[in-house]
Amino acid sequence: MLIIVTGVGFFAAGSIGLLRLPDLHSRLHALTKADNLGLGLIAIGLALLSGSLVIAIKLLLVWILVLAGSAASAHLIAQQALRRGHD
Amino acid sequence: MLATDLIYSFAGVALFALGLRAALLHRTLLGRVLSINICGAGIFLVFVALAYRGHDLAPDAVPHALVLTGIVVAVSATALALALGRRLHEAGDE
Amino acid sequence: MVVHLWNLLDLVLAGLVVALGWSAVASSDLKRGVVLFIAFGLLLAIIWARLNAPDLALAEAAIGAGLSGALLLAALRDEPASVGDTGFTQGPVAWATAVFSLVVAVSFAWALLHAHAAGDPIRLADEVIAHLEQSGVSNPVTAVLLNYRAYDTLLELAVLLAAVLGIMAVGPARPTYKPAGPLFGALVTWLVPLLIVTGGYLLWVGAHAPGGAFQAGALLAAAAVLLRLGGYPGAGLPGSLVQRWLLVSGVGVFITVGLLVTVEGRAFLQYSHGWSGMLILLIEIAATLAIATTLALAYIGGRALSSQHDRPEQ
Repeated sequence: MLIIVTGVGFFAAGSIGLLRLPDLHSRLHALTKADNLGLGLIAIGLALLSGSLVIAIKLLLVWILVLAGSAASAHLIAQQALRRGHD
Repeated sequence: MLATDLIYSFAGVALFALGLRAALLHRTLLGRVLSINICGAGIFLVFVALAYRGHDLAPDAVPHALVLTGIVVAVSATALALALGRRLHEAGDE
Repeated sequence: MVVHLWNLLDLVLAGLVVALGWSAVASSDLKRGVVLFIAFGLLLAIIWARLNAPDLALAEAAIGAGLSGALLLAALRDEPASVGDTGFTQGPVAWATAVFSLVVAVSFAWALLHAHAAGDPIRLADEVIAHLEQSGVSNPVTAVLLNYRAYDTLLELAVLLAAVLGIMAVGPARPTYKPAGPLFGALVTWLVPLLIVTGGYLLWVGAHAPGGAFQAGALLAAAAVLLRLGGYPGAGLPGSLVQRWLLVSGVGVFITVGLLVTVEGRAFLQYSHGWSGMLILLIEIAATLAIATTLALAYIGGRALSSQHDRPEQ
């Protein structure tokens, strides 16, 4: 339970970063790092809560996929921004 | 009766009305298609809210099936509308 | 009225979804609107999960948010929003429309409140569950879709077919994308097989757990969208002759199965007891492939030009 709350805290930090940071690149930074860590903590908390190995593996898989997806999309967004000169 | 029904069905009504207003007022085809999708989502929300029977009882599967059909039909209608819009755009109209 | 502690969360979710829906259509900047629409779809999927509708949550996330969002984004790319008037009609028409929508909303809400106060409606839910063992599957939504109301699903597949025929008749495919860079290319290489396997899993598991043909077809279509974005113009689809067979097979297999069971003197689509599980699986397999091909072609936007091959353009 505590782990889930910490995860939510990280998520919140990431969202606040999205809203308040001035620049595209720093926003990407906030989104990918804080949000993925938040998701990982939530996944761990849920896995512990469920007590089933199969569900824990599925949650781990979900986290890895979100990690990969957000890394790729952050890369693509940053690349586009570089090409167009900081949107 | 459950308060959950009421909360979500009112949300569905609100979405339908907002989507309807936007669909009538948007000038571009894309905007109208987007708004009609929101309308549809509102209607689905009303259906599923009415299908909810509480925490212990299994939900009513018939509205679920109807909404599933609705989601798929909505996406295919959206695709067709966008394709037609693209053709109109190429033909020089809008 | 039974109020639960969960209702606090419900108020937040319902408020959020209405706010997101409003912001998606209220801005003149359509790019922002489409992105907000995708977020709206995902929030809606969470609400479906809250309302004990897991099949719907899967379908909404894959089709409602994912594929619809991809279609809208692709359309944005075709017609840059700077062409023509964006924005809204102003003036007295705008006010009249707002009043009209308000009247519609109020009357709708009044009717719902009335129905809510009237107590328990007549439902078919218990009938569905009572006859579940005879239906051949144990997921009630699949039972309703492919057994009790199989005719409706047949017509729905026909609607999909009509839509894709319209899309293909209207014009050539959308412009393609450059081949993907190393990072995105690696993502595509990993995700596409995973999507295919997960789609197959959802198709199989739909008989006894949330899942089914529509969700599986949507995942396969998502794999096709990924391939197209990664620079493969054909999006992993087979040649055009096989495509046509796949498109038709959804409705075709359905009708064939329906007609074949009449040989024993039953009604159209009235499966015999021992066979219903197998027949439903057969229909679902064909439906999954048809839905995947349909949605992939809808994303591609039309007939592929003969110069496009199934390799990234050089």
